[in-house]
Amino acid sequence: MVHFKVNGHAQTFDGDPEMPLLWYLRDILGLTGTKFGCGMALCGACTVLQNGKAIRSCSKPMGTVDGLEITTIEAISSNGPHVVQKAWAEVNVPQCGYCQPGQIMQAVSLLSSKPKPTDEDIDSVMAGNICRCGTYQRIRAAIMTAAKETA
Amino acid sequence: MIATENITVENVSRRGFLQGMFSAGAFVLCARILPEPVWALTSGASGSVASSAFHPSIFVGIHTDGAVYIVSHRSEMGNGVRTSLPRILADELDADWSRVHVVQADGDEVYGSQDTDGSHSVREFFDTLREAGATARLMLVRAAAQQWGVPESQCVADPVHVVSDKSSSRKLGYGELAVLAARQPVPKKKELQFKSPQQWRYIGKPAPGYDVTDVCSGKPLFGMDVRVDGMLYAAIAHPPVLGGKVKSVDDSATLKVIGVRKTIPIDPFKPPHAFQPLGGVAVIADNTFAAFKGRKQLKIEWDNGANASYNSAEYKKELQETARQPGKVVHATGDPDAEFAKGGKIVEAEYFAPHLAHASMEPPVAVADVQSEKVIVWSPTQNPQGVQEEVAKALGLKKEDVTCHVTFLGGGFGRKSKPDYAVEAALLSKKTGRPVKVIWSREDDIKFDYYHSVAAMYMKAALDDAGKPKAWLQRSVFPPIGSTFEAGANYGGAGEMSMGWNVVPFDVPNFRSENGQAVAHVRIGWLRSVANIYHAFAVQSFANELAYAANRDPYDYLLTLIGPGHTLEAGPQGPPGVGEKYPYDTVRLRRVAELAAEKANWGKKKSGKGSGMGIAVHRSFYTYVATVVEVEVDDQGTIHIPRVTTALDAGIVANPEMVRQQFEGAAVFGTSIARTGEITATGGAVDQSNFSDYQVARMNDAPRQVDIHIVESAAPPAGVGEPGVPPFVPALCNAVFAATGKRVRELPLTRNGFS
Repeated sequence: MVHFKVNGHAQTFDGDPEMPLLWYLRDILGLTGTKFGCGMALCGACTVLQNGKAIRSCSKPMGTVDGLEITTIEAISSNGPHVVQKAWAEVNVPQCGYCQPGQIMQAVSLLSSKPKPTDEDIDSVMAGNICRCGTYQRIRAAIMTAAKETA
Repeated sequence: MIATENITVENVSRRGFLQGMFSAGAFVLCARILPEPVWALTSGASGSVASSAFHPSIFVGIHTDGAVYIVSHRSEMGNGVRTSLPRILADELDADWSRVHVVQADGDEVYGSQDTDGSHSVREFFDTLREAGATARLMLVRAAAQQWGVPESQCVADPVHVVSDKSSSRKLGYGELAVLAARQPVPKKKELQFKSPQQWRYIGKPAPGYDVTDVCSGKPLFGMDVRVDGMLYAAIAHPPVLGGKVKSVDDSATLKVIGVRKTIPIDPFKPPHAFQPLGGVAVIADNTFAAFKGRKQLKIEWDNGANASYNSAEYKKELQETARQPGKVVHATGDPDAEFAKGGKIVEAEYFAPHLAHASMEPPVAVADVQSEKVIVWSPTQNPQGVQEEVAKALGLKKEDVTCHVTFLGGGFGRKSKPDYAVEAALLSKKTGRPVKVIWSREDDIKFDYYHSVAAMYMKAALDDAGKPKAWLQRSVFPPIGSTFEAGANYGGAGEMSMGWNVVPFDVPNFRSENGQAVAHVRIGWLRSVANIYHAFAVQSFANELAYAANRDPYDYLLTLIGPGHTLEAGPQGPPGVGEKYPYDTVRLRRVAELAAEKANWGKKKSGKGSGMGIAVHRSFYTYVATVVEVEVDDQGTIHIPRVTTALDAGIVANPEMVRQQFEGAAVFGTSIARTGEITATGGAVDQSNFSDYQVARMNDAPRQVDIHIVESAAPPAGVGEPGVPPFVPALCNAVFAATGKRVRELPLTRNGFS
C-alpha cells in the first residue's frame, strides 16, 4: 500500500506496483489531462509534477510514489489559468493540442527552476517533449512570454 | 465572389433534425452543397455520396437568447476547422463571434462528405458557409421589418448581432428576432446580398483557436480521454506481418496478470484489407496497463504468410531497377526521346524516399458500445461515416445503426481516416457485452500503420546551350494507395499522379512522365500531402541539380524554368478540379518564388563552408508554395535550421492565423521526413517501434524560426493543411548541398552521414 497526494488530495494504492502513474491517473482517477504518447519517456506527453519537478508519469511505477506529491495539468493553478497557460493562449500555441498539457507541465517546471531561461535552456529542457503538429516556435515564444510575466 | 449555383438553403426550424441541439423556438437553417465528385484517391475510402440526396453540410441556429450555434461537421485535428469554418458563416451573418458556439457533428450522411483530408475543408465549404450566413441575415432583417411594420430596405444588420432601423435608433437583437425569423420563407439566391471583401469582419482576419483554453487546461476532449460507464480496456497483438494469422496461442501467463479478464481472437481480414482489422489476439482488462502487460505475456505462434519474404533493402533495389525501365506513360508533350537521341548535355539522377509512419501524438484509439442492434462509437476520426460503414459491415448492421461521436483528434495526418481501430473496438464490445476501449500503443501505431509509400524516381533532362532543358523525362515507382482497396493494384492512381507528377510547372517543350509497377507488402495509406512528398523531392532536387549543371544560381534558374508564367494543360490524369476554378497558373508559382527569395535575402550570404540556402517550389491542393531553407552543418554533419521562409498563395484565406500555424507546422513535419523519417522491414515485419528508432523532429532540431508570407489573393480558397510539406523537403536537401556539396538523393538525411 502506497500513500501519496494527487493535486493536494491524499490517495492510497495497493494494486499492481508496476502500473505506471500515467495509467493510474487516467484510468483509475479519471484525470485524463495527462496524455499517453509513447510509454517509454520518449515524448513527454505524460509529464506531471512530482514535488514540483517535471517527471514522465508513463515511466513512474506506482510502487515508487509513496510519500510523493503529484500535480497534474488539472491543478496547476487554483485561481484561473496559470501564467504559462495564459501565455500559451496569448501566443495561440496549440494545433491539435494533445501534447500541450505535457508541454505546459514541462514549461512550468522549467520556469520554476529557471525563471529567466535562455534559448539554450529551453532547447535542452523542452527537447524531451514532442509535438508532431510542430508548434515548437510558439512554445518557445510562450515560455519567453510567461517568463516576462513572472519577472 | 458569387456563391456557386449548387448550394441550397432550407429553413429547418420546425424539423426534427439534430434533436436536442437547438431549443424550441430557435431559428435553424441548413445549407446543402452538392458534393464534388469523389476523388479517385479516396475512392473506396469514403464511398460515394449520392448527389440527389439531401446533404445539408452546414447548420446554423439562433436561440432566443441570442446564442448562435454553428455545427462543425469536419474533424478538428489541429487544422483549425472548428475556428475557421464557423467564422466564415459568422462573418456573413454579422454575428458576434463571442456569442458563437461551435457544436461538433456526429458522423451522418446528412452532412455530405465529412472525410477531413485532402485539405479541402475551407475550399469546399467557403461558398456554402457564406450563403448560409447571408440567408440567415436576410431572414433576420425581414423579421425585424415585419415586427416594426417598416419596409425591408429600412432595416440593416448593423453593427453586429442586431438589426437596426435606419430611420430611428431602435434595434432588435438576433435572439429577439429568432422566432419571427424562423417563420420567414427562405429567400431566393438572387435576393441575397453578400458582403464585399472590404466589409469582411472575420474572413481574412487572424483569430486564435476557438478551443485554446480547453486544450491548455487538459479538458477531456480527445478520443484517448473517453470514459464510459462499465468500460473495459483492450490491447491487441496484431500479426507482425501483413496478412499473417494466429497459428497457436498460449494465454496462460496473460490470464494471471492482475486486471486481465480474458483474451479474444480477432479474425484476419479478407483481402483487400481496406479498413478491416488486421486480426490477432485481444487482451481484455480493467485498465490500459493491465491490457498492455497481459499482451506482453501472450505466447503466439504466427503463420506470417506470403509477405514474410518482404525485406525493404531488397525491395528498394527492385523499385530502383523498375524506375530505370520504361513505365506506363502518365502524360507526354513533344518528343523527349528524339531530343535525348541528339546527345548534348544530358543529366540523369535517381531519387529514393522510404516508407513513413504517421505517428500522430495520440495513437489510434476508439471506444465502442454495442447494444443489441445499435452501436455507439467514440473516436478520434477524420472519417466518421467511414466508421459507421465499416463497423456496420463488420457487425452485419445498417450504417444508420451506428452512431459515431467525433472527438478531438490528437493529430491525424491521414492515419485517422482509416477506421480499422474503431472496428476492433466494436467487435470486442459485441463479444464482451460491455463498452470496450481499444488503445494502440506507440509500438502498434508505428508497426501497423497505413504507411506513406516508399518511392523510387528516375529523372533525365537534355539541356540546351544556355543550360535550359529541351527535354524532361520523369519516372516514379511506388506501391500505390490503390493496393489497400484492390488486391494486386500496383500502378499509381490518378490521384497520386495528379500530385506533382502528371505535369511539371516548367517551361519544357518535350516532356514525359511515367509510372512503373510496384507490389505492396504493407498497408499503404495517405499521409499529409501524400505523393506530393516524393514527387516534389525528385522534381525540385533535380531542378536544383540542373541549375548547378548549367552553372546558374538555383533561384535564378528556377525562375528560368518556370518562365514568364502560363496556364498548364493537365494530362488525362490531371489534378482534380483543374480548369475554370483552379487553373494551374505558373504566374502565381513564380510570384511565391520571388517573394520567398526576397524575404529570405536570397543570395546575400555566400553559401558553402557549412552554411547554405536551398529553395523549392510546389503546388498542391491548389496552393502555390515556395520555401527557402537556411542550414548550418557542422563538422560532424549535424544540421541546424536557423530559418525557414515560406511564401504561399492559397487564394482567399479564411483565417491567416490558422494558415500560419499550418505552414509553421509543415516545416517541422518536413524536417522529420527529411532528417530521420524511415520505415524499413525485415521478414515482412516493420523494424521500427517507437520514437527511439522512428525519430521525429524535436524542438532542438526543428527550424528555429519559420516565417510565413501570405500572398493576398482574390482567387477561390485552396488547401492549407498539407501544401507546406512537399517543397520543404527538397528545399532542405538543396540547402544541404549548398552548404556541403553533398547531394542527397536518398532520404532520410541520416542515411547520408548527417544527423
